Order: sequence, then structure tokens, then C-alpha cells
Amino acid sequence: MRSSRYAVPLLFLALCLFGIWAAKITPAFLLGEMLVRLGRNSILVLSLLIPILAGLGLNFGIVIGAMAGQVAAILAVHWGFSGIGGFAFAMLLATPVGIVFGWLTGSLFNRAKGREMVTGLIAGFFANGIYQLFFLFAIGTIIPFDNPGMVLPQGFGLRNTVDLTPIQYAVDDLIRFRWNMEGTSLRVPIASYVVVGFFCWLTLFFFRTRMGQQFRAMGQDPHVAEIAGIPVERNRLLATILSTVLAAWGQLFFLQNIGTLNTYNSHEQVGMFAIAALLVSGATVSKATVGQAILGTLLFHTLFVVSPLAGKALAGDAQTGEYFRVFVAYAVITMALVLHAWQAVRRARAA
Amino acid sequence: MSATSTTSARTVLELRNVTKEYEGNRVLKGVSLSVKAGEIHALVGENGAGKSTLMNILFGMPVIQETGGYGGDVILDGAPVRFTAPVQAMDAGMGMVHQEFMLLPGFRVAENIKLNREPTHRSFLSPIFGRRLDTIDEKTIRSDARRALDRVGMDVDEWLPVAGLPVGHMQFIEIAREVDKSNLKLLIFDEPTAVLTESEAERLLEAMRVFASSGVGILFITHRLDEVKAVADRMTVLRDGEVVESPDPATTSVVHMAELMVGRPASGAARRAMEGAGGDVVLSVEHLHVAMPGEPVEDVSFTVRRGEILGIGGLAGQGKLGIANGIMGLHTASGSVVLEGEPFALNDARAALVRGAAFVSEDRRGVGLLVEENIELNIALSALEAQGMFLKPFPVPALRPLDGRAMRSHADAMIRRLDIRTTGPRQEVRRLSGGNQQKVCIARAMTLKPRLLFVNEPTRGIDVGAKERVLEILASLNRDEGVTLVVTSSELAELRAFCDRILIIYKGRVAAALAPDASDADFGLAMAGGAHAS
Repeated sequence: MRSSRYAVPLLFLALCLFGIWAAKITPAFLLGEMLVRLGRNSILVLSLLIPILAGLGLNFGIVIGAMAGQVAAILAVHWGFSGIGGFAFAMLLATPVGIVFGWLTGSLFNRAKGREMVTGLIAGFFANGIYQLFFLFAIGTIIPFDNPGMVLPQGFGLRNTVDLTPIQYAVDDLIRFRWNMEGTSLRVPIASYVVVGFFCWLTLFFFRTRMGQQFRAMGQDPHVAEIAGIPVERNRLLATILSTVLAAWGQLFFLQNIGTLNTYNSHEQVGMFAIAALLVSGATVSKATVGQAILGTLLFHTLFVVSPLAGKALAGDAQTGEYFRVFVAYAVITMALVLHAWQAVRRARAA
Repeated sequence: MSATSTTSARTVLELRNVTKEYEGNRVLKGVSLSVKAGEIHALVGENGAGKSTLMNILFGMPVIQETGGYGGDVILDGAPVRFTAPVQAMDAGMGMVHQEFMLLPGFRVAENIKLNREPTHRSFLSPIFGRRLDTIDEKTIRSDARRALDRVGMDVDEWLPVAGLPVGHMQFIEIAREVDKSNLKLLIFDEPTAVLTESEAERLLEAMRVFASSGVGILFITHRLDEVKAVADRMTVLRDGEVVESPDPATTSVVHMAELMVGRPASGAARRAMEGAGGDVVLSVEHLHVAMPGEPVEDVSFTVRRGEILGIGGLAGQGKLGIANGIMGLHTASGSVVLEGEPFALNDARAALVRGAAFVSEDRRGVGLLVEENIELNIALSALEAQGMFLKPFPVPALRPLDGRAMRSHADAMIRRLDIRTTGPRQEVRRLSGGNQQKVCIARAMTLKPRLLFVNEPTRGIDVGAKERVLEILASLNRDEGVTLVVTSSELAELRAFCDRILIIYKGRVAAALAPDASDADFGLAMAGGAHAS
């Protein structure tokens, strides 16, 4: 088993290195991209860890958390907040929304035990429908929303993109730092790293608490946990809420770096990409560590940056690399799920 | 038997006239017993005697509440209690060593022992979110676990993961977990030695004696009567939900205990002479191994003669159910099976059906029936798949359309013949009662026109009237159509009333082959794995 644990990350490393070589990517460019992307995406990946610990598998429902973050971002900007204060306000706002969304998702998971992953995936699609209905129709009609810059010319519904310039780089540049490398000035989001570090530490801390131990026990065998007096259902709900809120915050960190919100699309790929990033590190449906979350983010986003360029260099067309990247992302998820199903069958046989 | 004298000790647990019904079926008919501090009280009985229901009541398992609660009183340490969740029972000082291990394989030994009772340090989050966010105190976990393990005489490293430890160790870890609970008053052992080797069982009994002498009351559920003899101070024999007798284990022989446990067979035992036994061999099974989870078959050989009804009995988990499941290809099997003089391919469910063997599974809702489908299709399905019945002609076999009319008339005939109580052949099977579902299963097997029919647990989960009817149907199949039957059942009385010959399975092997009129003691001993008398 030991060898296969490293097989996936090594394969990805090889792919990344090949891409870097093929596209002749300069270290300065790659480093600049990675510095930014690490701060931007890590928290979303971290938000997956607690449900895995609690035996809920990969939480495809973080898409719903991301929506909570976006709702908060839209409102914060609409109400004229900006800078770090505005960002803090958005986080504060995202928390209760995330808790409510997480509670709803978690209640759903408790009714679909053993099928949390597919339930989360479909719940994400369903929530997307409600989200669109809300922002495309309810805003400006049922809900008064007077902001011509954000609303479509017809008078209701949000525009396709929302400008988040007021809170852009609110955290990234809180401690402003540029690194000159080979003539390019690289943005190093020190404050974001501090926050990511804080969340890593918090997750690790949580693993070591009594509740973390309860989650771990549930993840191994909910029946035994129940017999030992652990409130399994309530803890599953809690795990989902924690994950959803963390995902809402993660999406806010993502948006403050990007600076614009694709109102109707930004959240769509959040789940897939975060999950693919985690799995690339060799994490599985039932076991993932903080280190794997960070390593996975690095590897997956290296491939993200490299593959269109490699595609262009090799096939003369960036789209080829793009296809390849999407193919790889889904392939990794598929492989992880198949492996998981296969191991479950083997365990059942052994029992 | 053990040294502790218990005459003046206080009573830890008392059951007064405890009753329990499941859907009108009385499974406990007024059970009273008591356990004193420092004594080992053995509770013996066959499967279905009501032992596990009693345990579920004591431990406050949700299943009891969901099925309407129970009657009578449970008095723990002088105070009447009525638990609705296992946590309450644990908090009140009750511990249980489970038959199947309640351990987390990925956790260390010490973590398992202290599961959900971890000693903690306050953390910076505790004041805000409560003690659940205390950090785990590993050092104290280790030292507590070490002390508990020492008390049960285990020298295993407390920091090893449980996965990979020998089975015997796991039982002791369970015990260490219970022992570590400081308020423990009553400890229940649910067939603790079932999975242990003899020397491990010996050590476990020794550990039980040590706890009892420390003042804990022990309720020891078992069917190994020699163990009762070895450690129990008192015993209660449970049969059909009633206390039969509470003999003194010191002065009662193991044979007499076995007789009490099994009871008189139902009237009409040995009603059938061995007349069919002169027929030729239909099925011969040699060195059958079946990897059926929970019912593994280790090495079983037997023959079945034409026209015979062979019974297979034994306690749950000993492997009796695995035999038919293995031969019919539902679980991975190895060994040699010869049907009608020709070798029979194992691990191929379809081949078994094509060759004229049929199977009525013990798992009606899982394996036996498509519960969402109607009676008509359920009856026709196996024959349709295996023998191409109920299909209209068409050049391409795979595309032959269903012959609805043939299916309907066949279903109607079966409904009349087996007296299936239904609104019609199109009714969904899940709406039928257990007994009628079983009749549908039998109808499906009959449709295959089998020469050999395996039936597992023919009367499990069906009410008394339907039981009679199902057994009658099986008997008439055997008598009128010459179908050879292999019936596996947990109900020994049923087998003894119905079969020509009974194999008792113990630990995946044939412990004894007995005539239905063999003595109760012979059956009792064979089921408990003792030496067979005949």
C-alpha cells in the first residue's frame, strides 16, 4: 500500500515537470503564479478535511459554502464597504449564511447516509438553481436592490460580473511585499499565508480535540461510535457546517485575490477543483491530512498553469492543454472514487 | 463454583417480570432474575430464546423503543431504571462486552479503551465552545489504558493500532474498556468466548473471576455449558422467552443443562420413518468451504438421498446458513459437489439453477425477492432467466419478449395452490406479510421444477399460522412431487418435527448427524460443540 500512496503525487509531479520543460516556463513566472494561487485556493481545499475525518467523504457540497461567500461579497460591496474592513465585514456576514446553508446540507446528508458524496454533488446543482433564480430574478423585483452598476439594464437581476475592486487584495496586500526576481516583480501575499497557516493550525488543533477524536471514531465506524455514546448525527451536522463555513471564507479569500465575481459561474467549479487538488496529493475519500491539502494545491495548480502553455508549445494550441487539464482533473476524482469503492468491496469481503 | 461467597451481597441488577412483544409475537414472557455484586450469573438459552432481546432492553437499545417498549421492571442497584439510549445505561454503571467486537481497527488500543471518555486538557477554545474542544490528554489515556490492560492480564502494547491484533486480544481490549469505567456495577458478557481459542477462553474466565471478586456483578450469556459449570455462581435457563429453571450450576450436570436448554421437541417428532433413506444419492458434498461473512463453512461433507428431507441446524454464526448459500453460488465456495452423479460447478449461481437445484434464501428481502416488483414477476423471474420460460418465440434469444399471459396464469395458479393472501398477481411484494412473501419465494423455487430444493430459515420472521402452512407446502412438495429437500433452520424443534436426518453444524464443521428422535442431550451437546454421544 505504501508505494501506491506516493504513486499519484509522483505521477503529477512528473506531468508538471514535463509540462514545464515542454513549455519552457521560466521559474519567475511559475513561482509568481504559485505564490498567488497558494494563498488563493488553500482554504477551500482545507475545508474538505473535516468531513473526510468524520466519514462523510469528499464534501462536494462546499459549492454551497462558496455561494454563501459570494452572497456576502456581493452585499458587502453593494453596501459600500471596502478594504480590509469591508473584507472582514464580508467574512462576518458569510458566517451565519454559511451556518444556515451548512445546517441544511448536513440535515440532507443525515437522511442520505452512505451516499453523502453524490448527494452533495446534486445538492450543489440544486442550490445553483436557487442561487440563479435569486440573483437573476428576485434581486430588483421582490428584493429592492438599487445599484445600477451591479444590476442588469432591465432593472432586475445581477450583471454577469460584479466588480469586487473595493475589497481586492484586502488581505493579500495587508502586508505589502514584492519580490524582484529576474526583472519581474512578484506579489507575495504574506498576510494571506498567515491566514492559511492559521487555518492549517486550527484544523490540526481540531484533530487533537475531544471532538476531533469523536469525528475520527465516527469516520471509522459510526456504529461503534454510537455504542460508545458519541452523538453521531449531531456531529455529522457539525462537520458539514464547519466545512461549509470554511468554504464560504475560502471563497471570499479566492474572490479578494481575483477582484471580480462571475456572478453565475464562480462557484460552479469550486468543489471539483478543490477535490481534485486534494486527491492529487494522494489523499483518499477516507483519509486526508493538512500537509496533503497544501501539497495538492501546489501540484494541481502547477498543472493548471503549465498545461495550457505546454499544449500551446507542443500542439500549437492552448486549448489542447486545457482539455488535458480538465481530463486530468476529472480522471483523478474518478480514480479516487473507484479506488474507494474497490477498497470498500475488499473490506466487505475480508470481514 | 468460584470462591466468592455471595449470600449477603447486595443485588446489583434485578429483573421483575420483564415482557416484550414484537408485533403481537411475545418473545419475553415474564422474565425475572437477579445478579448480586461479586457473582457470576450465567444466562443460557438457544438462539431465539430471548437472550438478545433481554440484553437490548437492559442496554436501552433504540430498537426496543421503536417496537413499543417493554413490560416489567429493571432495577439497577436498588433504583428502578428504564433506559432509552445506551449512553444512559453506561452512565448508570452498566458495561457490555459484545459478541461482535465494538472496536475501531484504525484506533490504537488505548484510544479504543478510552473512546469518548478521553481525559482532556482545557484548551483556548473550551471557554467559548465547551469541553468538547478540550485537547486530548494522550499521556493519561496511555496510563489509564495500561492500568486497565494490566487488570485483565494483557501485556499488549497500548499504543499499537487494533487492526492486525489477534482476535483473542480484541476481546480482552473490550473487557479492559469496560473495566476502566470507574462506576462499573454490572458487566454483561455476550457470548464472549465464541471466537476465542481454548487457552484464551480459559484466561477470559479467569479474568471474569477476578472482576467478580472485586465486587462487580457479572451477567454471563453463553451456550458453552462447561464454562457455565466452571465459573458461574448461579444460572438461569431461558427457553422461548421464559425462565425454565434456575438450577445450581455446581450440582447440575452439563447434560441436564443441555436438556433444559433445548427442551422437549414439538409433538410429532420422528413422525417420519427413515423410509426415504433407501434412495440413491442425489447430492454429495465433500470438503465444502464457504466464505460467507458471519456464517463461514470450514469443512463440511455430507450426502443427500433422493426423496429425503435433510435438516441442518446449529447456533447462529456456526456456518449452517453458509452451506446452501455456498452450493448455490451466492458466496465464494470451494470443495467438490456432485449432483445426480455429475460434478457441479461452484460459484456459478446460474449453473445451479439450470441444473435443477433451487434455493429459498434466508434473506427474503435482500436476495430472495424484488420487493418493489409484483408477485407475478417475482414468481416467474428465476425460471425466466435460467430456463427461458414465459418467453414468446423470437429468433434472437436475448430479445424474446415476455409472455405476460403465461406469467399471469402461472401466478394465479400458484396463488391458489399456496394460498398466498393478496389482492392479486399485480400486487407489489413488499406489501405482503412475511409469511406470504415466503410463499412467493417458494413459488418461485417451485416454478423451476427443481429436483433438489434448499430452504434456509423457512419460517424466520413469519407468524405462527403461516409457519404451519409453509412447512406443509414444503412437506407436500417432498411427498407428492419427490423433491429432495435440504432445510436449514435455527429452530431445532421445527427440524426435529420435519426432517429425516439432522446435521448439527458447529464452527463450520459437522458436529453430529442425528436422527430427529435423538435425545435432547445429544442435540444440546452437539450445538455447544461437545463430543457427540452417538
